[in-house]
Amino acid sequence: MKNRLRPGLWIPLAFVLIWGLAVLVLRQDTLRETTFTLLMFVGLASSLNILLGYTGYVSFGHIVFFGLGGYTGFYLLSQQGWPLYIAALAGGVLSAGLAWLLGLAVLRLRGAYFALATIGINEAARAFVSNFAPFGGATGLFVNFSAYDHYGGAGPALWLAFILLWIITLIILLTSFLVKHSRFGLGLLAIREDEDAAMVMGVKAPQAKTITFAISAFFPGIIGTLYFFKNGNVEPGDAFQLHMSIEALVMVMLGGQGTVLGPLVGAITYQGLRGYLLTSPLFKSLHLAVAGLFLLLIVLFVPAGAVGWVRGRFSGLRRFLE
Amino acid sequence: MILEVRDITKKFGGLQALTEVTFDLPQGQILGLIGPNGAGKTTLFNVLNGIYAPDAGRVIFRGEDITGLPSYEVARRGIARAYQVVRPLSDLTVQENVMVGACFGRECFSLTDAAKIAGEVLAQVGLADRAQQPAGSLNVAQKKRLELARALGARPYLLLLDEVLAGLNPSEITAMLDTIRQIRDRGTTILMIEHVMQAVMNVSHRVIVLDYGRLIAEGLPQEVANNPEVIEAYLGDPKIAERLMRG
Repeated sequence: MKNRLRPGLWIPLAFVLIWGLAVLVLRQDTLRETTFTLLMFVGLASSLNILLGYTGYVSFGHIVFFGLGGYTGFYLLSQQGWPLYIAALAGGVLSAGLAWLLGLAVLRLRGAYFALATIGINEAARAFVSNFAPFGGATGLFVNFSAYDHYGGAGPALWLAFILLWIITLIILLTSFLVKHSRFGLGLLAIREDEDAAMVMGVKAPQAKTITFAISAFFPGIIGTLYFFKNGNVEPGDAFQLHMSIEALVMVMLGGQGTVLGPLVGAITYQGLRGYLLTSPLFKSLHLAVAGLFLLLIVLFVPAGAVGWVRGRFSGLRRFLE
Repeated sequence: MILEVRDITKKFGGLQALTEVTFDLPQGQILGLIGPNGAGKTTLFNVLNGIYAPDAGRVIFRGEDITGLPSYEVARRGIARAYQVVRPLSDLTVQENVMVGACFGRECFSLTDAAKIAGEVLAQVGLADRAQQPAGSLNVAQKKRLELARALGARPYLLLLDEVLAGLNPSEITAMLDTIRQIRDRGTTILMIEHVMQAVMNVSHRVIVLDYGRLIAEGLPQEVANNPEVIEAYLGDPKIAERLMRG
């Protein structure tokens, strides 16, 4: 299809591709670490956007899929000796499966009730994992250092985690674009605008929402496994941080919900800002308050986000920014 | 018969919204549904297209019992609806609105085909030059046309029109009626709720009348207009009665 050649697709893809290649060429450890964090948030925000931006359902607890998928993947690779690739995939599949089951129950709820339910799920998962012996309870799990030997030692293993994350981020952006420009995606946008009217026009809303929830949970599960593999340990406090959910929301809203490029722009901008705030003596303990303030200002004044705003103002750029 | 409605009963708590409503609609006709405010007309539409399940009774569409199916299943079988209170998908373009109807309606078109159909349908209702605007930016008359276009995009066998003329000025009404006749001429069966009496009496083959959830009259427009029960239902107001008869 001619869709595949649209600038709206290749701009974000080319950007991430070149960025990752540059990091690989420069081979600096600190650059790799900062890029890892940035790409992780680009991936998380883009995954969240597939649910939030296209169907309009706000998930406040989306980080539960990162945490639980990450836990599962990490458990499989550290305790069961599974290879990283398969373990990460298993983490994603578990997250998607969980979202599928949850979706059948909580996607009947709309608006604020759905958002509240998702917060509840995150807290329930944290409580469950803290008391679940195979996952190490409250102390979490560690990877035996010898596990890194399969990947040529600790250093190469970190680079491997980076490369996998880079590829996953590209896949997420591609998925986001394909969903948006498919027949399925048109149905999602209709649900976002008016769910009842969409159903009267024939959109199978319950099924479409459940599938979308599963897709948007699949990628965070993979990212979680890669992240905890890179860290070498996982514990409940790291895996289910509610504030990460909210930060991911801010990124999506900041960049522009419902656009492919928006979460990428939002994640990089927000992380840049956060980096500045955390190192400035005045704001260092206030960065979450600033995030909250941002969310408030965006919702009040620029509900379409940066990319959405530009698209609205300059219709000539619409072809390039999707 | 494209649609057979049998003994449909619907209650909301203590309110009897519909009581044993029974009628048939032959293929290719326009059936007018009239009645005073609160008579249950829109409730009947909601039962027909699956938004409410009836408490009793059956809806048979093209020989298949569709009673209680969810609304998206009803849509896929070929019933489309234009709302009384317009419900555009505001952030999508006019064209995309119609494409939703075409993609998920009876024939489940692909995006490319749906775009083609949207072009044809928008030309038919006179919105072709607005195709790329956001639907939210249209005025009321245009939004009414968009409702109609969206329903037509699905290529339905049966079209439910809920007061598509309400809020339009006389020249817009004339234009809309022409469009409705064209739709009928292409073989689509239409069931329409309408308060603009002259319009109903003009385009309908037959008319049914609801009052307090009961079907009180059924027949040719002239017969219904002269039915004493119908005249009484409309408040017994001699002026309205006279207008009905002139219909």
